[in-house]
Amino acid sequence: MTVSEGPAAVPLLSVRGLTKLFGNFAACDAIELDVAAGEIHALLGENGAGKSTLVKMLFGVLEPTAGQILWNGAPVTIRSPGEARRLGIGMVFQHFSLFEALTVAENIALSLDPRISLSKISDEAASLSKAYGLPLDPKAHVADLSVGERQRIEIVRALLQNPSLIILDEPTSVLTPQEADRLFETLFKLKAEGRSVLYISHRLEEVRRICDRATVLRHGKVRGACDPKQETPASLARMMVGSDVAEVHRDETAKLGDVQIEMDSLSVAARTPFAVSLKNISMKVRAGEILAIAGVAGNGQGELFDVLSGEYPVADDNAIRLRGRPVGRLGINGRRLLGAGFVPEERHGHAAVAAMPLSDNLLLARSQSDKRAFLTGGGMSIIRQDAVRSATRRICEAMDVRKSGEDPQAGSLSGGNLQKFIVGRELDRQPAVLVVNQPTWGVDAGAASHIRQALIDLAKAGSAVVVISQDLDEIFEVATSIAVISEGRLSKSYPAGELTLERIGLMMGGIHESHSIPETAHAH
Amino acid sequence: MRIELEKRPRVSGLFSVVSPLLALALTLAFGALMFSLLGKDPMDALYSFFVEPLLEVWSLHELAIKAAPLILIAVGLSVCFRSNNWNIGAEGQFTMGAIAGSILPVMNPEWHSPMILPLMLVMGMIGGALYAGIPALLKTRFNTNEILTSLMLVYIAQLYLDWLTRGPWRDPQGYNFPQTKAFVTEAVLPEILASGRAHWAFIFAILAAIAVWFMMRFMLKGFEVSVLGQSERAGRFAGFSARRMVWFSMLLSGALAGLAGISEVSGSIGHLQPIISPGYGFTAIIVAFLGRLNPLGIIAAGLVLALTYLGGEAAQLSIGISDKVARVFQGLLLFFVLSCDTLIHYRIRLIFAGAKPEARG
Repeated sequence: MTVSEGPAAVPLLSVRGLTKLFGNFAACDAIELDVAAGEIHALLGENGAGKSTLVKMLFGVLEPTAGQILWNGAPVTIRSPGEARRLGIGMVFQHFSLFEALTVAENIALSLDPRISLSKISDEAASLSKAYGLPLDPKAHVADLSVGERQRIEIVRALLQNPSLIILDEPTSVLTPQEADRLFETLFKLKAEGRSVLYISHRLEEVRRICDRATVLRHGKVRGACDPKQETPASLARMMVGSDVAEVHRDETAKLGDVQIEMDSLSVAARTPFAVSLKNISMKVRAGEILAIAGVAGNGQGELFDVLSGEYPVADDNAIRLRGRPVGRLGINGRRLLGAGFVPEERHGHAAVAAMPLSDNLLLARSQSDKRAFLTGGGMSIIRQDAVRSATRRICEAMDVRKSGEDPQAGSLSGGNLQKFIVGRELDRQPAVLVVNQPTWGVDAGAASHIRQALIDLAKAGSAVVVISQDLDEIFEVATSIAVISEGRLSKSYPAGELTLERIGLMMGGIHESHSIPETAHAH
Repeated sequence: MRIELEKRPRVSGLFSVVSPLLALALTLAFGALMFSLLGKDPMDALYSFFVEPLLEVWSLHELAIKAAPLILIAVGLSVCFRSNNWNIGAEGQFTMGAIAGSILPVMNPEWHSPMILPLMLVMGMIGGALYAGIPALLKTRFNTNEILTSLMLVYIAQLYLDWLTRGPWRDPQGYNFPQTKAFVTEAVLPEILASGRAHWAFIFAILAAIAVWFMMRFMLKGFEVSVLGQSERAGRFAGFSARRMVWFSMLLSGALAGLAGISEVSGSIGHLQPIISPGYGFTAIIVAFLGRLNPLGIIAAGLVLALTYLGGEAAQLSIGISDKVARVFQGLLLFFVLSCDTLIHYRIRLIFAGAKPEARG
C-alpha cells in the first residue's frame, strides 16, 4: 500500500467529470473528487444533493453516464460491487442488508467465497472485530442485535476484504451518540493503518470532528472543498444549502395550559413479528407544550404514532385521552373531529398518495374534519373541487410550497416541499393537538427550519404538540420537554433544559447498552 | 444491444391516448399474420371479421346484445381493480345471478304478473352479489387470495348450473334437452327498438357505466376507492377501511355481474341451459383494462370486444375457420393493451453493447 506523502502524491481515488443522468435530470454533474491514501474524507450535502448516487457509481451499483474513475492513477471501469471489492473498495450502506434469522457469521459468509468454511469466517471475524474495537459475537442471531451492532457486522464484512478505501453512507444516523463515538475510534484506527475512508454525512459537527478534508455537493455539483476543522458549522451549512438557514426562534417563557393528551400505562402487543410492542406507556402533554420523543429508529416510534393517531385503535377506551375525552377506541377521523392533527413519518403511501394531485391529498386528511366545507350534504357526498383547490392554494402559500403547475401530483414535489404541504395541511386547521413523527426526515435545511418554526408557533398559540424524532439537534431546537423511547418503553418526560446530550444518549441506548456490556468484556 | 425501460418524469399524455390505438393496430397486424398462416387472404378475413358485422342492422343489434354483459361486468370490475381487489370470478357471479334470477320463472311458470321481471332482476343482482361475497368473506376473515377463490368459484357455479338444468330444473316436456321451461312473456326482458333483438340490458349497461363514472369522478366514495387502491396505508390514514372496501367492491361487481347474467338469460336466451355465456365474465377483464378502468372508456371497449365475438361467428360462416379465432383476438388484444400501457409510464431506450465505457476503460 502506498504511504501517504501529502497532496502531491497520486491520490488513491480520483473522480474526473463523473456524471449520472436520470432522464434529463443530472443527479451528479461533472463531479471532481480526490481521496488521498490515509485520509478521512467527508462528502457533505443535503438530502438529494447526489451523495448516494456518486458512491453508488464508485461501488459499481450504478453505471456513470460520463466521466472517469481513476484508482491509484489508472483509469478503471467498475461494473459491479464485486469488481469494486476486488479493487479494494468496501462499502457500508445506510440501509443494512442482513438476514435477521441468520447468525452474524452466516451473514458474513454470504458475501464471501462459498468455499471458505464457516468456522474460519467466525475466527477471522472475531479477530478483526477485536483488532478494531468492534465487539461482535459471531454466533449471535442478527434479530437479537441492536442497530449499532448490526452496523458493526457490515463494517467487519467490508474489512474482511481488506479494502484500501471504505465508504460509509450516513453511518451515524441510526446510532446513539455513544455508539457513534465508538465508531469514530474504529475509523481513526483504519486511518492509522493507511486506509482511506469516504464518509458521507449531513451532520456538520461530526464531520468537523473526524474528517481531514470535505467535499461539498449541492444539486449534483461540487460546490467546494475545504478543511472542515477550519470551518464553523454555520459556514459549512452555508456551503451545503447555498444560503443562510433561518434560525429557529423560540419564546422561552411559554405558558402551559390544561392537559390535552394523556396516555395511561398503555401496552400494545406487536402487530407483526417485526414490529415493536409498546410497554406501559404513559404521557401527559399540556397546551403550549412541545413534547419531543427521542429514540433510535425502530424502537416503537411508528407503533406509538399508530395508537396516538387512532389508525390502530386500542381496546381500552380510557388508556388514551384527548382533551379530556377517552378516545382509545376512536378511529383517526373521530380524533380529528376532536381537534387533533397527525403527520406520519412516511410521506409517500402514508401521509400522501404520490400519484394523486395535492388537492386530493388535502382531502385525504380532511374529508371528515372539514366535511361541511369540502363535501355536499346528503347521501351523495360530492366533493366540492373548488373549495378543496382554494384551500390547497392557501396552504401552499402559507407554507411556501414550491411546485410546478397549479395542482401537481404529490410525487412530483421534492421531499421538503411535500413535507411542508403535509404539515401545512394540518396547521391550516389550527389543531389543538398535533402529533408529528419525524417532521424533517430527509428534508432540506431550509424547509426543516420552516417546519420547526411552524411547530413552535403552533404551540405558542396554545396547542399541544408531540414531536417524535431521531434528530437530537431538532429535539433541542423545538422541545419544551423531552422523553426517550427505547424498545417500546417511554421514559418520563423531563424539561428540555434539564437533559444533556450524553444523558439522552444513554437513555436512547436503554436496555441495549446493558445487554452489550458483558459482550464487550467477553470480546476483549 | 439491450433494451432499457426508463421511467418518465411524468405520465405521458400522448401515450395515454395513443396506447390503446397502438394496441388495436398491433392486434390487427398480428391477426392478419395469423390469417395468412391459416392460408386465408388476410385483408378479406379481417374485412369479414371486423367490418361486415357493422354493415347490417340485425348485426348491430347483436353487437349491443353482446356488448351489454361485457360492459355491465367490466364496470363493476373497474371498481374492484381500482381498489386493488382482484375479482377474477365475474363469470361465476354472472352464472349465479342468472340462476337466482331464474328462480321465479322456473319455479312458478304459471305466474303472470308485471312484478315478475323487476323481482327477477333484483334477485339476479342479489345472487351475484352473495356469490361475490364468498371471496370477500374469505379475504377479510382469513386473508385468502381473492384471485384464487373467486376463480375457483367460477367452476363451482358452472357445474351447479349444469346440474340444475340436467336435473331438478329440467323441463319435463323438453324432449330430454338439458334446459328449463321457457320463461313466460312477462319474464322476458323487452326489446329496445322494433328493428331488432337488442334488449334492455344494453340500457342497464350504459346507465351503470354513467353512474359508476359519476361516483368515481365526483363522489367521496370514488375517492376512497382510488386512495385505498393506491395505498392501503394512506387510506387508513384518511380513515377509510380497506376491509369495508373489499366488501363494497366485491358486492358491487358481483351485483352488476348478476344483473348481466339474469338479463342475458331473460333477454337473449329465454330459459336456463348448461352454457349461458361465451366467457363474458373473463372477457370483461379485458374490456375493463382496454377501457383504462374508466367506465366511459369501458363502453367503447365493450363494443370492440363484442365485435370480436361477432367476427368470430362471421369468420366461421364466411371464411370457414374456427370461432376460437375470437379468443385468439381477445388474447392478443389484452396482451398488447397491457404492454402498450407500459409506454405511458416508461420510455424505451435501446443501448448498444455498452461500447462507450469499454472503449475508454
